[in-house]
Amino acid sequence: MSDTAVPSARAGGYRPNQAVIVLGLTATLFVLLGASLPGFLALGNLFTLIRGVSILGILGLGMAVVVIGRGIDLSQIATLAVSAAIAVTLVNSGMPVSVGLAIGLVIAVVIGIANGFLISVIEIPALFTTLASTLFILGVTRAFVVPHYQVFLEPGHETFLTLGGALDNGLPMPVVAFVLAAVALHLFLSRTVLGRFIYAHGDNAQAARLSGIATRPLTMLEYGICSAFGYLGGAIMVASTSLIHLQIAESTMIFDVILVVVLGGVSLVGGRGNVLSVVAGTLLIGVLLNAMTILNLDLQTQDMIKGTVLLVAIMADSYFHPRDEETAKQGD
Amino acid sequence: MKPLLRLWYRHSPQLFISELLEKRWMEPIVPFILMCVVFLIFIVSIPGYTSLIQLQQLMRSFPEQAFVAMAMALSILSGGIDLSVAAVFAMANFIALYLLQVLGLPFPVAVLGTLLWGACIGAVNGGLIAYGKTRPFLTTIVVLIIVRAAYNKLTAAFALELASGYADSPVWDFVGVGLIWGIPVNMACLVVIGIVAHLYLTRIRSGVHIMAVGSSRKAARHAGINVKRSLFTTYVLAGMLASFAGLLYAARLNSAGTDTGVGWEINALAAAVVGGISLDGGRGTISRALMGAAIIFLLINGLVQLGTHGSLTTATIGFILLAAVGFNIKFVKNKGKILQKIYVSPSYVEFTPPASIARDSGSVFAENDRLKDVEAVALDRIEGPEDVILDQDDHLYTVNRNGSIIRFLAPDYQEREEFARIGGRPLGLALDRDKNILACVAGMGVYGVRPDRTVFKVAEQTNRTWNRLKDDSRLWLADDLDVAPDGKIYFSDATTRYDLSDWALDGFEGRGNGRLVCHDPATGKSRTILKNLAFPNGVCISHDGMAVLWASTWLCRIYRYWIAGERTGELEILVDNLPGYPDNINRASDGNYWLAFVGLRAPVYDLAMADPAFRSRMVKQIPPDEWLCPGLNYGCVIKFDDAGSVLESLWDPGAESHPTITSMREHKGYLYIGGLENNRIGRLKLPAADKEWTGWESYWGKKRRDGRKDQTAAAGEGGTHVARS
Repeated sequence: MSDTAVPSARAGGYRPNQAVIVLGLTATLFVLLGASLPGFLALGNLFTLIRGVSILGILGLGMAVVVIGRGIDLSQIATLAVSAAIAVTLVNSGMPVSVGLAIGLVIAVVIGIANGFLISVIEIPALFTTLASTLFILGVTRAFVVPHYQVFLEPGHETFLTLGGALDNGLPMPVVAFVLAAVALHLFLSRTVLGRFIYAHGDNAQAARLSGIATRPLTMLEYGICSAFGYLGGAIMVASTSLIHLQIAESTMIFDVILVVVLGGVSLVGGRGNVLSVVAGTLLIGVLLNAMTILNLDLQTQDMIKGTVLLVAIMADSYFHPRDEETAKQGD
Repeated sequence: MKPLLRLWYRHSPQLFISELLEKRWMEPIVPFILMCVVFLIFIVSIPGYTSLIQLQQLMRSFPEQAFVAMAMALSILSGGIDLSVAAVFAMANFIALYLLQVLGLPFPVAVLGTLLWGACIGAVNGGLIAYGKTRPFLTTIVVLIIVRAAYNKLTAAFALELASGYADSPVWDFVGVGLIWGIPVNMACLVVIGIVAHLYLTRIRSGVHIMAVGSSRKAARHAGINVKRSLFTTYVLAGMLASFAGLLYAARLNSAGTDTGVGWEINALAAAVVGGISLDGGRGTISRALMGAAIIFLLINGLVQLGTHGSLTTATIGFILLAAVGFNIKFVKNKGKILQKIYVSPSYVEFTPPASIARDSGSVFAENDRLKDVEAVALDRIEGPEDVILDQDDHLYTVNRNGSIIRFLAPDYQEREEFARIGGRPLGLALDRDKNILACVAGMGVYGVRPDRTVFKVAEQTNRTWNRLKDDSRLWLADDLDVAPDGKIYFSDATTRYDLSDWALDGFEGRGNGRLVCHDPATGKSRTILKNLAFPNGVCISHDGMAVLWASTWLCRIYRYWIAGERTGELEILVDNLPGYPDNINRASDGNYWLAFVGLRAPVYDLAMADPAFRSRMVKQIPPDEWLCPGLNYGCVIKFDDAGSVLESLWDPGAESHPTITSMREHKGYLYIGGLENNRIGRLKLPAADKEWTGWESYWGKKRRDGRKDQTAAAGEGGTHVARS
């Protein structure tokens, strides 16, 4: 298309980074809400705000790795739920916390790698693979391991619960975990060879393969990392609430994660965006969710508002990142 | 043992499988088999599964999911995806109930309102995707979330009214529970709309445009298709299909629960993918979507009936989806490769050593230098003159690789002109009574050129072999032809398994893949008269007009097939065990026949012909340029008579001027030589030949030696010539 060939001319020379736009939008919204909503600026509420979205942020970090590599993982929440539920069940049955958590991590990573295998070696589209594997792992887990939707962590595992608590200065642990994860992922993506390979893979998978990158193991790595981050989010979820609910896998939470990732500018065409994008997206969604909670809107209305915001974000994305529809792949 | 071997290789299962894989209907074979297997398993494991009531029950609940799957398939075929179909479906269910039961509107209004809803939400999707250039996947997911949330809110708000509402409409009840000849109404709707949708996508302009956009957006735009409007239409139609499903659901169940349509988008996506609809768009059909939907539906339904744990059902579905799709993807991807590996399926051919061609052997085939100093006509001005022919004015006609008939003007053949352009690759030539030039054209059939240069079609198909998988009704590789005194055209279709570019592969098979066809201009019909022939090549009507002589290249034989007289219909071997591979046969002025050798036999290749396993290993394992091939770089022309004895041979030993001779034509004391790959036409003076003799005179004029006295008398002009001679 002729107009996609000269995007810079349309933007008038300077085009702000999408993450920066989103951060600006978040700040504006923050000021507006702070001025209009009583109690929004209270320190307690602010902690609740970032605490509430830090899990979403951690999941978003994992998802970003896959999306940067031009994939998508719709099974992230299911993996999280399944591996965390199994870990909790093991811990409940008397296994040491560290061992139980390690086994959960291994399960999550194995599921991720299996997804990556199906996508890269069998060449089933990512969208479909992760959709079907969601059904499979959830079904198997519920049939053989966790018969009920909810798994409670039995009392007596305080070391585990500190993961969901707060530091001495009141900073919630989930937030600390989010920050640490974000820094670690940032370093990985921008400073290591493998991280750059992931960008290369997402930018042009064929070119990456031809220049000697082993894209199949790389794909498995991407999905493995995504699942591992998902598992971290799941562990924090359990530590915060002493409970894992398998039904989150059937909720719209996965779309929230995608929303967080896409909002900040990790484009689904792959190879674009970075950790800052995810942080920006997380903050915007956090502010939005928090405001809606304070306004006491019901879940459906929240979904509708969220959806509308997402729709606007998508339209903005396709305006700022015009893609060539004629060479686009399914799932973009 | 040998007859068994021969039989085995002749009807090798490899042949069957390779032709099976070539069929287009093999593409959805995996989903189809899966569907049958699923159905069979449940028939065996669930008692009463095929009872009438049970089947009606299945047919009643299937269509809604099928419509949603169809909507999904439509969007995927356009190159996008519509994940909002299930939410649109649920909302349509609510709207139908609301309009009928709460507002009490009449049935047609409710139907229109529901469809209008689908069209509107489709327009939102389509507008955003086509004109707003947003990504289909994300856009429709968001629409799904919004519509779903709105549905939950609305059903909660109107729960009481919906529960107490009642639609007093017999039509509504009929749609819900009625039967048409024992088939539930909604199933009938599905069949009708399915057929309409199929015709729409394959026959109607705007539907074909959708498929074109899905196959290649760029190509569609270049072809002048309004891509945006096509995409917009797609999503509007998908929305309407989904809302129609909601209408049927409302009529059947009269309820709007919180779980209505939850997860159906995943089932629909699974149905499309399992049915083999490519997520890249443009590849798939409505029937495949329905097949996929049936697999998913039967699976869920059957597992529930078996009393499987709900989550195990989910797991099973997930597993089967992954396995089926994975297998399908690998199958579709590697089908071509498998085909390539197994398509060439050699047969068993046994040769005995031929007569010697050694210079001092004293045999009639002994090598000599008679073609060595042949005069070259049209040197470097012609490419691949497979056949040459001369008319009554001595003009020289030949075929060119680019699909035209070239004429060199008498007397010195310096002036070259394109006489006519046919296309394809013209091969053998003949002149009929009206001095039209008839040409066999590889890949096209038999065509003619009138003296005024207009081209006309003679034949492009013959009767199909019904017990064969491969459709051989089209002429595949028409090679050479001749015209009998009664005007019937006899021509050879050398092979029905290979194109001209792969003709050597047919040699590796050595199987009877070719046929001899007779075209009757009186009726305009063509009929296969002999089939399963091993590369029938040259065709010539005998001097007396009673028989067709034809050469089987791979078997190194000349056959005679009687077409008149008391032996009509008999086939006999006239010359056997030739030392070369025979090509065209043409009449000689002394009542005998010229025969071109396109290549020479070699003991090692003869040995290979008796070892089919060796040849298939060769084709599979080594690159084509290293294959053992028949020796083509020799030049030889021989002459034989009606009794089958070979009279003389003319050689170009190093094949410097005339390798791969495929044709020679005698005309007024000269022999003109053409070759499939040559850059010239050879012209050799025949001192002993009749200086007045021309091909046309031999067939239709005063040089005729007709044996069909009784028939030619009726043939008018021809008869008078016979009487005169």
